[in-house]
Amino acid sequence: MEHLISLFVRSIFVDNMIFAFFLGMCSYLAVSKNVKTALGLGVAVTFVLLITVPVDYLLQTEVLETAGSLNPGVDLTFLSFILFIAVIAGIVQLVEMIVERFSPSLYAALGIFLPLIAVNCAIMGASLFMQQRITMPDTNSQAILNVWDSIAYALGSGIGWLLAITCLAAIREKMAYTDVPKPLQGLGITFITVGLMAMAFMCFSGLNL
Amino acid sequence: MSILSKSAHEALVKPLNLDNPVVVQILGICSALAVTSQLEPAIVMGLSVTVITAFSNLIISLIRKSIPNRIRIIVQLVVVASLVTIVSQVLKAFAYDVSVQLSVYVGLIITNCILMGRLEAFAMMNGPWESFLDGIGNGVGYAIILVIVGFVRELLGSGSLFGFQVIPDACYNIGYMNNGMMTMPAMSLIIVGCVIWAHRSMNKEAK
Repeated sequence: MEHLISLFVRSIFVDNMIFAFFLGMCSYLAVSKNVKTALGLGVAVTFVLLITVPVDYLLQTEVLETAGSLNPGVDLTFLSFILFIAVIAGIVQLVEMIVERFSPSLYAALGIFLPLIAVNCAIMGASLFMQQRITMPDTNSQAILNVWDSIAYALGSGIGWLLAITCLAAIREKMAYTDVPKPLQGLGITFITVGLMAMAFMCFSGLNL
Repeated sequence: MSILSKSAHEALVKPLNLDNPVVVQILGICSALAVTSQLEPAIVMGLSVTVITAFSNLIISLIRKSIPNRIRIIVQLVVVASLVTIVSQVLKAFAYDVSVQLSVYVGLIITNCILMGRLEAFAMMNGPWESFLDGIGNGVGYAIILVIVGFVRELLGSGSLFGFQVIPDACYNIGYMNNGMMTMPAMSLIIVGCVIWAHRSMNKEAK
């Protein structure tokens, strides 16, 4: 239980997807113009993460690895990129269909960004980090040892991403009223803002649970 | 430039500066920020992306007429993922140290927006030769930014280039110190912000 909580909290603050690894930057910068859509996208990303990471975990341990129960003795780990991206693309398609069926208003609000979650690096990144963490020793507080750990990690990463995009959207709403030098307007200043936010988040790096 | 027709020449040269994928189109930021704390991984990453954009553009452009529109994203992802798998295995075999340093970011080339962006915007509509050149142009444009950011961060952050010390010991004796902040991830965002700033003001003057 302690291990689960530690994984969860660390993945929100210390290993934040945006501020520590810059994953999901493209949609992070494009969709953070107002808080409401930012929040919607954050929730969608969290949801997709929550499904794909455990599924990829099971595929990695049961199918791809030599010790897997489905094909003992065969090492298929080199196929992991193709398999992971196929799972992500499939699940995003599924989420899109579910949202369209049950909440047309959210579907209209998210628009093009819903299918684009498939190419959001945060999702693929979480799966690849999970793949790295499987090989860590039991004693490491970042290790992912079973499927529950992978769920805690996915949820934490998703919430961390949600937190980051909502904060930036709030800052950018206020920034619309400031006097920024012309060539720096728009993206330039946004980058510098994110840089300063990342520095602020660095103070969590000493956090020990 | 007699070998290249005008449109092919444009496809190759435009992404280098005026239509740069990183600072103008804002594509592929994730990896541009994460791998640039030193010059060597930045160059390897730039090269890998160039190879992958060029060949994925070429392949998709060859089969563009037979891809059903509804499932094109999945087809594109599979082509890109296969190329990335090949590059990642080659890196593991011939440049193991760098591939450990790049860690997950090699795999993340799959979701690099430059690839999907160029496939959707260019390769689906143009012939193989132009697409191939467009891929090389965009890859090199991406690599240039990586090298600039990597150069600044390694020089100011650890006083070296490619791992060799370039700032003489005499400077350190006077009291010069490396800026440890530069090796932190946060600084790369600020440097890219400044590169965008410089790029925009320069291009405005050129017009």
